[in-house]
Amino acid sequence: MDVIVCVKHVPETAEAEIKIDSSGKSIEKAGLVFDINEWDDYALEEAVRIKEKFGGTVTAITVGSEEAESTLRKCLARGADQAIRVDGKAFEGSDGYATAKILHRAIKDMHFDIILTGMQAGDDGYAVVGPVLAEMLGIPHATMIKKIELGEGVAKVNRELEGGLEEKVEVKLPALFTVQTGINEPRYVSIMGIRKAMKKEIKVLGLADIGLTENDVGEAGSWIKIEKLFIPPVEKQAEFIKGSPEEVAAKIAEIIKAKGLV
Amino acid sequence: MREIFVLTEHRRGQIRDVTFEMLTKGRELAEETNTELTAVLLGKDVKEYAKTLSEYANRVLVVEDTKLENFNSEAYQKVLANLINERKPLLTMMGHTSYGVELAPSLATALNLPLATDCIDLTFENETFFVTRQMYGGKVNVRAVVRKSESYIATVRPATFQPQKPESMNGEITEIASPLTEEITEKRFIEYVLPPPGGVDITAADVLVGIGRGIKDEKNLPMMEELAKALGGVLACSRPIIDKGWLPSDRQVGTSGKTVKPKLYIAVGISGAFQHVLGMKNSDLIIAINKDPNAPIFSFADYGVVDDLFKIVPQLKEKIYELKGQKA
Repeated sequence: MDVIVCVKHVPETAEAEIKIDSSGKSIEKAGLVFDINEWDDYALEEAVRIKEKFGGTVTAITVGSEEAESTLRKCLARGADQAIRVDGKAFEGSDGYATAKILHRAIKDMHFDIILTGMQAGDDGYAVVGPVLAEMLGIPHATMIKKIELGEGVAKVNRELEGGLEEKVEVKLPALFTVQTGINEPRYVSIMGIRKAMKKEIKVLGLADIGLTENDVGEAGSWIKIEKLFIPPVEKQAEFIKGSPEEVAAKIAEIIKAKGLV
Repeated sequence: MREIFVLTEHRRGQIRDVTFEMLTKGRELAEETNTELTAVLLGKDVKEYAKTLSEYANRVLVVEDTKLENFNSEAYQKVLANLINERKPLLTMMGHTSYGVELAPSLATALNLPLATDCIDLTFENETFFVTRQMYGGKVNVRAVVRKSESYIATVRPATFQPQKPESMNGEITEIASPLTEEITEKRFIEYVLPPPGGVDITAADVLVGIGRGIKDEKNLPMMEELAKALGGVLACSRPIIDKGWLPSDRQVGTSGKTVKPKLYIAVGISGAFQHVLGMKNSDLIIAINKDPNAPIFSFADYGVVDDLFKIVPQLKEKIYELKGQKA
């Protein structure tokens, strides 16, 4: 089984304070820690597990600048055999659609049985790259996958629906699956793995290499264009309780008591 | 007259709420753009639904086929592509749900129409289509302009629009012959997989301590358990805790877990992504503890504490026992 896994290098923002930058179209990136997109991390793990069970190769690919190489190095350290980075100045402003076009051109002549990627990225959250890429490649797809069982020419996959429900679907291979978090437990990288990964070459492709023009990518080649970012309007604001931890705890306890819950 | 399509989402014998939310927003958009609202209904033996939908839309288009009995994006895409090509709606809306996420991107690609996903607002201004959506787990909103097109597709975030039944709407029901003459070969629905029966019913608890990514490590679970115990409540959680396997999936609150309405919900280290908030925002009293002052959870909480949860939680447990006149 040859597996391609599409990954994205994103800022970790779940616990960080976010500020909008002076352009109003992006956030201030300084001080943020970048890493592999959380969903892609699970996709990568699933790819490596498939290789371990069935043999074959894992190729990690990303659309991103040189900084994104740390994410590809992580993929190599975790068990990917090769890594490709597609880079270009014109890519800036690409939405999920334009990104899928770039990936399509880079992937279309490669051999693969399965393509995996995260169901969405933690930064822009479009949730479109996977299925768009599948449509461009002319292969079936299934999204929000919680389980993959591979058979002869087909895969049985569990898709996450709402409220704890899942559906089991059979999909013909080759196919693309977008992975939901929690599908597996991503492994830690061994020191050996990191050392080996540092020596591996990362292939870099540019706009011309993939046969696209500037009009195909970036804002020009996208479905949607960001006009401005703004902090979500607050409908209701919590009353903030201030003081030392002990004072705060005492006040909360009183509030809970006043409601008759203690 | 041109139309706005709303794709009906239904599963296991029920029309899902997001459908009525979209029909409500769709009606507003139809008025603004001088178009008609059309509910699109695909399924098998779904005429009953068509009647309900006709009370919300100018028209209901019904396509029935055994191949449409359960949702299958391959089958849905073929039918919708036909309908969109023939009728050229100004906009096609579907839920940003497990169905919409599976269907919309490939449909839009196949039809070469622009798609905006996970929209929390949609508006046409001077014949330009604008959407509002969120980034960074709901910490930032984005206003975006959609590439000019004759027809657009958008997925709409569930529970964003309040469903309202119009006073007098009696849409015409039109049956359309299924275009699915060939077998659906690439993707096949097998079965629904129900969640395993759980040990703890968090929907029955009066007090829930909801924990999230902020608790950092599994070794901090006992500290949270102790707070829950002091309050006579149980632990619930957001998605990352389940993904890491620290609590069983029956403790998950949110769109992919349970909806809870306890008397008290203490959110500890939960930033408040909408997937979680939808499951707990109707709790009687919400107290949130988070170190990020801009965490979205604070716009849903009654009381907020911006501090290190590891300092607050043990103190809070002590104070609760003090009030109860017990020793921890």
